[in-house]
Parts: sequence; C-alpha cells; structure tokens
Amino acid sequence: MNKLESKQVNFYYGSSHALKDINLAIEANTVTALIGPSGCGKSTYLRLFNRMNDLISDTRLTGEVIIDGVNIYKKGINVDNLRKMTGMVFQKPNPFPKSIFENVAYGLRVNGITDKKFIEERVETTIKQVVLWDEVKDKLKKSAFELSGGQQQRLCIARAMAIQPSVILMDEPTSALDPISTSKVEELIHELKTKYTIVIVTHNMQQAARVSDHTAFFYLGELVEYGVTKQIFTNPNVERTQNYITGRFG
Amino acid sequence: MKPFFKNFSEKLIEGLLMICGTITSLTVVLIVFFLFKEGLGVFNKKAVEEGYVVMVNKSNPVNSISPEDIKNIFDSKITSWKDLGGKNDSIILFRLEDISNYFTDEQIGENFEGLPLLLNRVVDSIPQILAFFPEKYLGKNFKGREIEAGKITFSTFFGGKEWFPTAQPAAQLGVMPLVMGTLWVSLGAILLALPLGLAAAIFLSEIAKDKVRRVMKPLIELLAGIPSVVYGFFGLVVIVPAIQKLFNLPVGETGLAGSIILGIMALPTIITISEDAMRNTPRAMKEASLALGASKWQTIYKIVIPYSISGISAAAILGIGRAIGETMAVLMVTGNAAVIPTSILEPMRTIPATIAAELGEAPDGGLHYKALFALGCILFIITLVINLIVEFISGSKKNRRV
Ligand SMILES: Nc1ncnc2c1ncn2[C@@H]1O[C@H](COP(=O)(O)OP(=O)(O)O)[C@@H](O)[C@H]1O
Ligand SMILES: [Mg+2]
Repeated sequence: MNKLESKQVNFYYGSSHALKDINLAIEANTVTALIGPSGCGKSTYLRLFNRMNDLISDTRLTGEVIIDGVNIYKKGINVDNLRKMTGMVFQKPNPFPKSIFENVAYGLRVNGITDKKFIEERVETTIKQVVLWDEVKDKLKKSAFELSGGQQQRLCIARAMAIQPSVILMDEPTSALDPISTSKVEELIHELKTKYTIVIVTHNMQQAARVSDHTAFFYLGELVEYGVTKQIFTNPNVERTQNYITGRFG
Repeated sequence: MKPFFKNFSEKLIEGLLMICGTITSLTVVLIVFFLFKEGLGVFNKKAVEEGYVVMVNKSNPVNSISPEDIKNIFDSKITSWKDLGGKNDSIILFRLEDISNYFTDEQIGENFEGLPLLLNRVVDSIPQILAFFPEKYLGKNFKGREIEAGKITFSTFFGGKEWFPTAQPAAQLGVMPLVMGTLWVSLGAILLALPLGLAAAIFLSEIAKDKVRRVMKPLIELLAGIPSVVYGFFGLVVIVPAIQKLFNLPVGETGLAGSIILGIMALPTIITISEDAMRNTPRAMKEASLALGASKWQTIYKIVIPYSISGISAAAILGIGRAIGETMAVLMVTGNAAVIPTSILEPMRTIPATIAAELGEAPDGGLHYKALFALGCILFIITLVINLIVEFISGSKKNRRV
C-alpha cells in the first residue's frame, strides 16, 4: 500500500493558486525528492502532509491528502495526533532555546510521557541514530545553541525522530550547511530509509540524485513529472524536466 | 572657494551638533548634581526649629538626643533620663512658655528683658531639666550645657518610622512609611498588571487574528497617552467608591486603589513590550514545536514564553518603573497617610506623591525642603537600579541571539 498519497490536490493562498491538481503516490520506506525552481510549490506540498499549512490564514485546499489510507483533512481528525506520525526537519537548523537533551526529549514530553528512564533511553538511542552521540554525550545539559550548524541540524533530525514517526518530511535540510555536514546528513538519510518514509525538498540536483529513490519535478504549482530518480535524471519524459536538471533554467 | 565653504559649513554643523550634545549631557549631570547636593544637605541638619537651642543641667551626662526621642518626650512616651542613657531621673520638660509657672510677669519684664537671667537660673537649679528656647534669650555666662539635639542622621532618616516634617519642636523625617507605601502600591500594581498584561500579550501575539490585532494594539498603545490626572480622576470617581463599598471600609482611598490605577497605567508598557518579544519568536521554532504534536498552548508556554522571557522580564520591570515614579494619579487615590502600612486596604503615601504635595509648603532651603530632595534622591536611585536591571537583561538577550 502507498504510504502517502495526494489525489487531485489544489491549494490556494488567498486567490493565488499554489498547487494545481497534484496526484502522487509515495511508497513506504522510500526517499522521494521534490525538485523544481523556487516558488513552484514544493514546500507548500510537503507541508500538506503534517497540516502545517493550517497555520496560515486565508488558505484553501481541495482534493485528498492521504496517509496510510486515511484522508488526513477529513472531519474529526486530531491534528496534534496526526503531527506525531510525521517528523519535520526545516531549512535552517531551529533548535529550541533549551538544552541538547531537552530538545530531543521535547516531543516525548509534550506527548505526555513522564517516565524519566524511558525518556533518557530514547534520547540516547535517537542521538546515536543521527551519529551525534560521541560529539554531545558530555554536554547534554548545555544549550543547543552551542553546537555548530551541522550538529544543530542533526539534533533537529533527532528531535523529529524521537517520537518515532513513520514519515519524515525535510524541507531543504542541508541548504544552510557546509559540505561536510551536508554529506553527514545525506548518509543519515540513507540509513533512515529502512525505517521511515522520507520526503525531501531540495534545490541541489546532485543531492536529489544521490539520496532519493523517486523524484518529483514541480513547476509553477504543477507536478510535471514523477518517476524513478535514475530515469528522471538520465532520461526524462518531459523536455522541461530535462531543461531544469541540466540547468538550462531555474 | 567652494570646497572651503563646504568644509566650513560641515565644520559648523559638526560644532553645533557637538554643542547640543554637550549641553544636553551637562544638563542631565547638573540636575542630578543639584538633586543630590540639596538632598544630602538634610543630613547633619538639626531637626529642632531654626534658632532654637536645647539645654540641660551641667550635671547631666547625656550628650545628644535624636529627633525621635524629642518627639517621644513631648508625647510623654519617654519620661526618664535613663532611656536616653542618663541618670535614673524623670525628665522635667521646659518650654519657653513654661517660664510663667516659675516666675511672675514682673520678673520677666515687659519686653522679656529678664528672660536670659531667669532661664539661666532655671536650667542651673533643676538637674533633671530639658529646656527648649530661642537662642536669642541665651544670656552671657550661661551655666547650662547645650546638647546635640535632633541631628538628622542616615539611620534616623532611613530607619525612622514617622514622617511628620512640620512636627514641633522636632521635625520627624523617617522615610520608612513613604518607602513602604511606594513599594506596597507598586508591588500591588505589578501583581495586578503582570498576569493581565501577559495574558493580553499572549492573546495578541499568538491567538488573535491579524485584523483583531491591528485594531487592539493601537488602542492599547493609546492607553499610554492618557494624562495621569485623567486616570486619577477615574480612580477617584469609580475605583475609590467601589473599594469602599466592596470591602466595607470607612474610606476608599487606599493602597489598593493606587495599585489598581497604577496597574492600568503600567498595562500598555507591559503588553506592548512583551508582545513584541513574543512575536520575535522565530516562526520556524513554533512550527517545529507544533510539528512534534505539541498543542498551541504547549507551544506557547514551552517555547514562546521561554524564548521571550528576557523581553517579558524587561516589560515587567519597566512596568514597575512606571508605577514607582507615577505621581498625580497616586496622589489622588491613595489617601496619603504617612503610616507604615499593614494591609493594602489602608491609606498609603508614596514618595512622588509626598514630594508633589509638600514641596509647595516647604520653605526654600529649609530642613523640610532638603528632606524632600533627599526623597527625590531615593526615587532616583530606585529607578536607576531598575533601568540598570533592564539594561542588563536586554544586554544578555542580545548576546544570546548572536
Ligand atoms: N504564506 C504564504 N502566503 C501567501 N503565499 C505564499 C505563502 N507561502 C508561499 N506562498 C506562495 O506560494 C507559492 C509556492 O511557494 P513554496 O511552496 O514556498 O515554493 P517552494 O518551496 O517551491 O520554493 C509561491 O508563489 C509563494 O509565493
Ligand atoms: Mg521552499
């Protein structure tokens, strides 16, 4: 069964039509890259899956957004619970003004978990998963702001993973990072694939080619082409895709 | 010719700006200097009426006597020299008008020409005497001993429990009731205004729709522009009678009335500053919290408030600062009793209200006048400390952001 799906999705900011009739199905435990020029609707599309666009006033959605076969915009859906199923990593590292430990524990605490031992264990395993443990194990009580940008971003990934979502949404997670930190995050994405369904927005063609199984190319709010990454990058069906990935526009 | 002119006019403007800056800074320094010069003048002045002396018998071992002691003696609360560190003898108080109890009008003389001699005899012959009389009746070869009377010291000024600057024969200049009154009223104000202001700020920054905020924020800012007399009038007409009825008090003019009015006056400061701080919370940080399944309220108290805590503290402290310095409204509604308060439902008097009310009746350069300036110094120091705290808090906030 498809993990994520959108059927005839249209999205409007006020009167501006940001997503036009998007139909897409994403399999479980795969990495899907969303590419396309700036302003084409990648972030808007990504944020549909944890209902982040609800926070913006004067917006409208038609069509269905489906996770595990359930339309997450239907009446009676508990949005807070829905968001626990999905983790989100943002463009810039955005740790909370709290200690390293508390950043990772945050998702557990707001979901009502109080068992100290459980929280400690979960924080440790999650930080180990993002390969940050050796760097921070002696300063878990220190402010997260003391970490470098790359470390902060891995911490934010750990923060998203601590509540064990099944989907991780990443919006240009490496755009603010140096090359070494970027490759660490990419390695991480590769490992996480076995457990999570990952959707990643990226500006970086090479990154899309390196980390993803499937690629979706957006242009002016439309889904132009969707397919296996290798095929999109070597033999796209649509000329516009070809032009974009070869850098002829955008 | 042209470059010269340009150079010249630039130099001129530079010079003018420098003069303006220097004059402003100098004015501030001068005002502070004047304040402290006048204020510090209160110390080591005698609390006894100008031109009066205090005399005791030669055999009396007591050397000095504080303004408070003098008052207590006149109120018959102190009756023995023992309480002043002297012998176990009762005090015999003598004022100039008491002279007729000792001598006849003839002896005194029509123009009081006999007075110096008689006063000398009284003081010399009664060992337990404590005599107050004008210095001009002090005869040559006076056999009594003058004692240091009623000097205003730091401890009597700051520790004194009574403020009664026109008391006879010794002015009572204890600032405790006024400092306590100021603190009670301000503290009450902040206890009322902080929760309310924070709630309003949270509502405005996190909950209200854009449209609502655009209407409400200017309205709240307008509150700051209303003259304080108007607040005072409102308090006098609405709040004072309400308090009187609600608590069944003899008078409604109480510390609480002052706190409520000051609280309302501090609200705009608290709301606008803490709302600004909260709105500075990066959107990405709030979204990260919501994306983890935190509710809106959890996000507010676990992310937004901790993130903006320095701005919120600054708002609270500035609110207190506003309350402490406020004069007119408080003067109108607190009842102005210079008594150390035991409950918020008593009339109280604050430092600014005291200065405003009494400066007109205090003779220029006199003790009372200087005492009011000393009160000004206390107020100045309190607000200075408050400003330094704010500076410190917002400074440390900047460091954290970097
Ligand atoms: N909060 C918003 N309000 C109004 N318009 C928006 C908002 N966010 C994005 N848009 C518009 O929607 C379109 C798609 O934006 P976005 O999804 O951020 O693009 P991308 O992530 O591909 O760069 C753009 O034209 C953008 O201007
Ligand atoms: Mg984007």
